[in-house]
Amino acid sequence: MADRILSGHGSGGKLMNEMIGGLIRRVLGPESVQLDDSAVLSVGAGKIAFTTDTFTITPIEFPGGTIGSLAVNGTVNDLAVMGARPLYLSCALILEEGLETAVLERILISMRGAADRAGVSIVTGDTKVVERGKADKIFINTAGIGILERAVQRRPIVPGDAVIISGFIGDHGIAIMALRNDLSFSRGLVSDCAPMNRLVDKVLAAFPESVKFMRDPTRGGVASVLNEIVQGMDFGIGLAETSLPLRDEVKGVSGMLGIDPLYAANEGKVLMVVRGEEAGGIVDLMRSHPEGKDAAVIGTVSDTYPGRAYLETPTGGRRILPLLIEEQLPRIC
Amino acid sequence: MADGLRSLRLERDLRIMEVCGTHTTEFFRSGVRDVFPEGLSLIDGPGCPVCVTPNDYLDRAIEIARVHGVTVATFGDMVKVPSSYSSLAREKSTGMRLEVVYSPLDALEFAAVNQDVQVMFLSVGFETTAPTEAVAVRRARERNILNFSILCGNKLTPPAVKALLDAGETRIDGFILPGHVSAIIGVEPWRFVAESYHKPCVVAGFESYDLITSTINLVRMIGEQRNVVENGYARVVRDGGNPKAREIMYDVFEECEAHWRGIGVIPGSGLALRDGYAGFDAARRFPVDPPAPRQHPGCRCGDLLRGLIIPTGCGLFGTACTPENAVGPCMVSSEGPCSAYYKYGGM
Amino acid sequence: MCLAIPMTVKSIEGTRALAEAYGVEKYVDIAMTPDVVVGDKVIIHAGFVIEKLDPESAREIEAAWDEYHRVMNDDGAAGRRNGA
Repeated sequence: MADRILSGHGSGGKLMNEMIGGLIRRVLGPESVQLDDSAVLSVGAGKIAFTTDTFTITPIEFPGGTIGSLAVNGTVNDLAVMGARPLYLSCALILEEGLETAVLERILISMRGAADRAGVSIVTGDTKVVERGKADKIFINTAGIGILERAVQRRPIVPGDAVIISGFIGDHGIAIMALRNDLSFSRGLVSDCAPMNRLVDKVLAAFPESVKFMRDPTRGGVASVLNEIVQGMDFGIGLAETSLPLRDEVKGVSGMLGIDPLYAANEGKVLMVVRGEEAGGIVDLMRSHPEGKDAAVIGTVSDTYPGRAYLETPTGGRRILPLLIEEQLPRIC
Repeated sequence: MADGLRSLRLERDLRIMEVCGTHTTEFFRSGVRDVFPEGLSLIDGPGCPVCVTPNDYLDRAIEIARVHGVTVATFGDMVKVPSSYSSLAREKSTGMRLEVVYSPLDALEFAAVNQDVQVMFLSVGFETTAPTEAVAVRRARERNILNFSILCGNKLTPPAVKALLDAGETRIDGFILPGHVSAIIGVEPWRFVAESYHKPCVVAGFESYDLITSTINLVRMIGEQRNVVENGYARVVRDGGNPKAREIMYDVFEECEAHWRGIGVIPGSGLALRDGYAGFDAARRFPVDPPAPRQHPGCRCGDLLRGLIIPTGCGLFGTACTPENAVGPCMVSSEGPCSAYYKYGGM
Repeated sequence: MCLAIPMTVKSIEGTRALAEAYGVEKYVDIAMTPDVVVGDKVIIHAGFVIEKLDPESAREIEAAWDEYHRVMNDDGAAGRRNGA
C-alpha cells in the first residue's frame, strides 16, 4: 500500500480495502476487522452481535441530523443488518477545546432522540478534550451490542434473486456534499439518517426464509455494497437505471458536481438481496413502514456477467459499476 | 433510436475521434458504446485538460507550494493526478494546504476571507473554462484582492486537432467535436477540419440522445463524403459562439505556445496572462526552480492522446498503472480514457 | 472536457443570478451572458452561465426524448443526466 495514509484510505473503496487487508488484518489478526458489519459472539447459550464505529463529519450539524444521531443510527444499523436486535450502546466523545457547549448539548439531544427512536440505551461512555486544532470540533465513537434471537443462516445468493433498497438513494452523501459546496435547496434535500432496526425486524418476522443478505449502504454507497456481494462469485448483479429511486435534488446536485449518487453514503437505508418470488411482497411490506415507504426493487442477480455489478442504461446499453477507487470530489470535467 | 445506431451498415471500418474527454466518459456511462455497429471505433482525442497537462505544470505548482508556502486552490479534477515526484493528494498528506473548489470564484472568495495566506489557483481547462478563470482575475483586480494568483495552464483545442491532423500518424475518418468548447468559440474555428483536411465533423451534446444522433449523422456524412461541420448541439451552440465570453478571455489572456503531453509544443495553443494582469501570475510572483520533470518510460499517455493506441494497448494498463496507483494522468482523471476503460471497459 | 448542466434563472442581482434545477438552487455568475432574463434556461459550467439554452431547439429535444422513452416504455426518470 501507499507509504502514507491519504484521505482516500477512509472512503470505503479500494484503498481502504488495501489498508484493512494489507496492514490491519496482517498485524492484528484476521478477526480484527469484520467484513460484515458486526462480529457475532457466543455468550453462554446465546449469541450476540458486537460492533464499533467512529464518526467524523463536516459540518457536524446538517439538515436531517447531527454527528450525534449519525453515531447512534450508524451503530444501530450495523447491528440490525446482522439480524440482531440492538440493545446497548457506548458513546465516546473526543472534543476539541473551544467547542461551544450549546452545540454539544444539541448533539447530545439528537443522540438521545435517535436512541429513543431505535429503542436502545446508551449505557457507558467516555470523554476526552484535545487541544484546539487536534480534532475537528467533535469526533464520536459508538460501540453497540445486539442480541441474535433468530437463527441467522447464510443462504446462497443465486440468479433470479432480487435486490431491494428501502428508499431514496444517496440522500445523506449528496446533502452533505451540497452543504460543503454552497448549494441550497428550495424543496428540502435532507440526510436520511434513521434507525433501520424496526423495518428490518418487520421484514424478517414476515419473511423469515427469504432474506439472503442485508447491508446498510453507508460510505461508498449502493455500488460499493453490490461490488462486495459479487466479488469472486459466479453471479453478477444488474441494476435497471430507470428503476433507481433518486430524488430530483440528488440528481441535480450530482449532475452539478459531477458525482455519482450510487457511490454516495446512505445513513437510513437497508439494501437486501431476497428471493425473487417474495421481492414484491417484501417491498409492499416495507412501504407500509415510515422508514421504507419509498422502497423499490432495483436489480436482479443473474449469471450473465459473473463477478460484476452493472447498470442497464435507458439506451439499452450496459456499464459497469466499478469498485469506487477513492473519495468523490466535485469536478468540472 | 439506439437500434438505429446498432443496425447501421458500414461499407468499411470507420475510426471516429471524440475530441472531448466528457464525451469519452459519456459514451461509456450512457451505454451508447455498447450499441455501436460492427466496425465502428471511437478514437479518444486530446480533450481531457488534466491529461494533456504535462508533468512540469504540477511540478511547478507543488514546488511553489513547498517553497513559498502558498495555499493551492484547484478543481477536484487535479487532486489525484501524478506529478513527476508526487501529487497534490500526497502533498496534502504532508502538510500542503489544499482547497478544492467548484468555481474559480470560490477560490477568489477564499482568498478574500483569508487575507493572511497567498492563494494560488490552478488555472487549467479549455475554452469553456478559461473565461471563468479570466473573470476571477478581473474581479481580483477590481476588488484589490492581492493575495490571489493563478498558475496558467489553459489550452485551446482547435490547434491541438490541427497538430494531430498534420502529424498524420493515425487514420481518423471524422470528428465528434466538443459541445461546450464550441459554445464559447462557435462552429467557425472548426471549419478547417472539414474544408482543408476533408474530415466531416459534428458538434455534439452530451445526452444519450445527442451521442446517438451525432454518431449516426457522422457515419452518414463520412459515407456521403459530406465534408462539413454540422452543429448537432444547436440548442446551446451558436454558430458564432459566445463573443462576450471570448472578449473577457482575451482581455485577460493572450495566446502563447503550449506544451501538450504526448503531442509536444503547439504554437498558439496556450493562454498566458497579459502584462496588465502580470501581478496575478503565480509563475512570475513565486519564482521557483522545480526539479527536472520525469516520466515513467513505459507510460503511453502521449501515444494515447495522439490517437495511436487505445488504453489497453499500453503495457502498464491495469497492471503497473491503476486508478489507485496511477502512473499517467489518463488513468486518474475522471474523464481520462484509461480511467474510463478501466472502470467501464470490462463489460 | 467541461461538465455543464442546464438550469433555470429565478432571479438576477447584478452580475449574479439565482439558478434552479431539480429543486436545487445556486448562485451563478452571468458575466459571460449579461442579457439573461428571469425564466431563461441556461448552461452552467464552474459556477458560470456559459450560454443560454435555445428554448425552441430544447423543446425539440424534449419531444424526441419523450417519444424515445414512450417507445422504450419507461418514463426515463433516472436516465436524464443533462449535460456533462
